[in-house]
Amino acid sequence: MEKKTPLYDRHVALGGKIVPFAGYLLPVQYTGVIEEHLAVRNEAGLFDVSHMGEFIVEGPRALENLNYILANDFTSMTDGRVRYTPICNEGGGVVDDLLVYRLSAEKYLLVPNAANRAKDFAFIKAHLLGGVTLTDISDSVAQIALQGPCAKKILLELTDEALLPEKYYTFTPEARVAGVKCLLSQTGYTGEHGYELYCAAEDAARLWDALLESAGEKLTLCGLGARDTLRLEASMPLYGHEMDEAVSPLETGLDFAVKMAKSDFVGKRALESRGAPRITRVGLKMTGRGIARENCDVFLPNGDKIGHTTSGTHCPYLGGAYAMALIDVEHSAIGTKLCVNVRGRLIEAEVVEMPFYKRA
Amino acid sequence: MNIPADLKYTKTHEWAQFTGEGKAKVGITDFAQDSLGSLVFVNLPEPGDEVACGESFGDVESVKAVSELVCPFSGTVEAINEELLDAPEKINEEPYDAWLIEVSDIGDSEELMNAEEYADFCDEENA
Repeated sequence: MEKKTPLYDRHVALGGKIVPFAGYLLPVQYTGVIEEHLAVRNEAGLFDVSHMGEFIVEGPRALENLNYILANDFTSMTDGRVRYTPICNEGGGVVDDLLVYRLSAEKYLLVPNAANRAKDFAFIKAHLLGGVTLTDISDSVAQIALQGPCAKKILLELTDEALLPEKYYTFTPEARVAGVKCLLSQTGYTGEHGYELYCAAEDAARLWDALLESAGEKLTLCGLGARDTLRLEASMPLYGHEMDEAVSPLETGLDFAVKMAKSDFVGKRALESRGAPRITRVGLKMTGRGIARENCDVFLPNGDKIGHTTSGTHCPYLGGAYAMALIDVEHSAIGTKLCVNVRGRLIEAEVVEMPFYKRA
Repeated sequence: MNIPADLKYTKTHEWAQFTGEGKAKVGITDFAQDSLGSLVFVNLPEPGDEVACGESFGDVESVKAVSELVCPFSGTVEAINEELLDAPEKINEEPYDAWLIEVSDIGDSEELMNAEEYADFCDEENA
């Protein structure tokens, strides 16, 4: 039985088309994926992302534990900063990718993917070095994403400018938005300027209503469909697509978040013994007629298979079909001409720079 | 939900309009375009291709998903609506103007529903 987020009644009342996703009932769309996608690029969109998990790691050895269990290095992090990291398994594959918020030197907030919440909790718990407590607070926390060029203006109607996190990947731990206490971070999964608001589950509907009421027509309700097309257009990887328990973070282009110079972390030895990656994540623009989705085989023009697509769709803002793929490193140069098998038809594609979309 | 009285309908939400002896245009219904959402790609056969009763003759894609197009009769593709290849959104805007293919030499045919029967069928699917 799927769970409802604290905003479920709002989604139903506002006409969201509800689907089961990662164990939750969430709107896949309100008015239409394309309209919602373009609203985020041009104005602002509002998403319920309460399905995302939240863990607290707290104790005198918090930093030491995180540096051992997670692939990134948190040593230089200061309060109010956010850092992205993969968690590796002992084989060098990826357990999940998550955000780490430093609340204090001894207290961190971790935000895992909804579908991986139970798996991550068990994995982190099994690898704890001691001196910390790990607590899953997901059920008591709601998360709302406000994304798009008008996001700041909308928030300024409801909070003090001093409380807005100024830089990307920073946060204000105790902001008040429309009187609701929340953690406010400048983060998101759309490639657009925006914020994520974490509040108590019981305050979520009040915060949601206040944002909608204050912003009026500038703010468009968005569902999971637009969340996926936006992240793909911005070439952001998604767990279960661009990475999984077998694919290493180095293969999928996350080396910036894997600190091999650390003395030790879970998966380090395996990553070393796997050596230089033989496959890599690339961006493909479909130059022929067709849309590659996930798990389409990718070929050289001579017919040799060199990999497969991991995600793909029509990108509404760019107005074309794009995909990400894991392919052999030696054929991954920008401009390489390839073919993708889309349900039996070979469609021409070209390796292009990622991100496909980058905000000006 | 718009269901014109002069068309015939399939259980897979295509419509057929008989345009002459053994000849018909095929498209997708208002119900189909509404549940698929904004269409961004159409894949159609070539004129001259054979189509088989109850078999796929192409597909339409939204940003979210692919949906097969099923031909309710066997025959030969006489024409395709080439305009849709560059403007698939016309199917969302005017589903009954935006015919996909015209089939001639119609042989076998599925049992087709009239507008009233199809309206009941859609109600059941929505229930």
